[in-house]
Amino acid sequence: MRARLAGPLLLAPGLIAIVLFATALGALFRLSVLEFIPGSLRTGGVTAANFHAVLSAQYLRAIGDTALLSAATTILTLLASYPVAYALARARSGRVRSLLLGLTLAPFFTGAIVRTYAWMLVLGSSLVSWPVRLLFEPSGVLVGLVHFSMPTMILILAAALAHVDPALERAAASLGARPARVFARVTLPLSMPGVVSASLIVFAWTFSAFATPELLGGGRVKMIANVVKDLALDSFNWPGSAAFAIVALAVTLALVAGLGRLLTPRAS
Amino acid sequence: MTAARATGVAVVVLLLAFLTVPSLVVIVVSFNPTAIMAFPPHGLSLRWYENALTYPQFQRAAVNSLIVTAAATLLALPIGTAAALALVRHRVAAHAVWAAALLSPVVVPGVAAGLGFLILAAGLGLLASRWVLIAVHAILVLPFVIRSVSVSVANLDPALERAAASLGARPSRVFRRVTLPLLRPGLAAAALFAVIVSVNEFVVSLFVSTRVTEILPVAMFTYVVNYTDPTMAALSTFFIAATFVAVFAAERWLGLARVFGLEGHARGGPSR
Repeated sequence: MRARLAGPLLLAPGLIAIVLFATALGALFRLSVLEFIPGSLRTGGVTAANFHAVLSAQYLRAIGDTALLSAATTILTLLASYPVAYALARARSGRVRSLLLGLTLAPFFTGAIVRTYAWMLVLGSSLVSWPVRLLFEPSGVLVGLVHFSMPTMILILAAALAHVDPALERAAASLGARPARVFARVTLPLSMPGVVSASLIVFAWTFSAFATPELLGGGRVKMIANVVKDLALDSFNWPGSAAFAIVALAVTLALVAGLGRLLTPRAS
Repeated sequence: MTAARATGVAVVVLLLAFLTVPSLVVIVVSFNPTAIMAFPPHGLSLRWYENALTYPQFQRAAVNSLIVTAAATLLALPIGTAAALALVRHRVAAHAVWAAALLSPVVVPGVAAGLGFLILAAGLGLLASRWVLIAVHAILVLPFVIRSVSVSVANLDPALERAAASLGARPSRVFRRVTLPLLRPGLAAAALFAVIVSVNEFVVSLFVSTRVTEILPVAMFTYVVNYTDPTMAALSTFFIAATFVAVFAAERWLGLARVFGLEGHARGGPSR
């Protein structure tokens, strides 16, 4: 009897947190289908107007830009992260591994504002003459987004690569395969689950990125999260803002659900 | 070292430089005597540090950060530890649903959570309350606490607790004298993650704070949007230094590789 009750009792405080979180998201859903009354925080009756507004030309562009930037970020981050992840997973000396892990995790845990500000300094510096204008341009936002996503991508890829048995690589090499072939035929295929899940996670995170486009875009680059903030905190159009937030939420949840399905081992 | 290996090392070093250099630039700028960056710098100056430490809105935000992070961590630690014990140790109905629900705050976009909490707080008439910020932070750090403590719970041998119980210790005493001490590494990692995540939390806090209750990242955001002088670089340097020390200390004493699941075949003894 005790043992049966212990589980639910231990989860009770967690349930309060879940209920609060769910209530907040419920409030978001509710407002997204209510009519916006300009100049007021009161709302009118049930309407689909907020979601129609999401599909207007001006906002569709923001959604298109968001998707494009997210895709480019995912690809570039994957290319930039794989070598570091490989080095991290295969480091023989504990000291090298600690150093690599520390250098990866320090930016991971440094806040979004500090990291974005750092890129404002680098991209806006008068000392470096960048071949193209980067600050307050989509290309600069892209650089910041890649930098922001790299630690996450490295950690997931390294975890996947750590579980690839190096003996398989040595076996391929001993049978005469060149390093490039060993990588293409053994290492890469075996690390594919990590590549897929890390890419999905980075895409989802970038899709709702806020601080990087807000500061590095300088108001000229708008992603979905920036539209949500503009509508909610500057125009006080909470219902319209809620509709955009729901779009971001739906895309994220769809990607995570897809991830869950991919990672569930099939019974075969 | 073969040519291929040397190229590999060079690529990794370059990529790590890409990750690290922006932080170094911030540190250099923070000691620059003039508002416009010059290289080589014309000497060193602490004036931006003086600015950062005496700017009233930063002072107020620092106090707010301290209160919110401390309160949220103290709330999330027991809640998360209880949940981790339940999820790892006990047969819970709908286990996967519980786990997904408890970890979901990591997945939900910040603007969606932030706007949701803003609407909820407005509906309850709590817009100016610091408690909203504390509750939100506790919910947001909870997944990190559960993850860290779960690793320790999974490594805890129940035979030790049964041994204490068979020697006559009551359940509360077993928990205090056996379970808790064995969970200490996980609890330490959990507290560390909770503090780091909370101190740096920005988007959700932006939605649910006012000028009076706002925490440091929000005050810093407002400052960057309005001013361009290196005061922000000085304050950022504190954050960069603190994070760096915290991460390397955690790696040294707790072993972050285990927390992030990096121990696979590469660690299985000498591989040669």
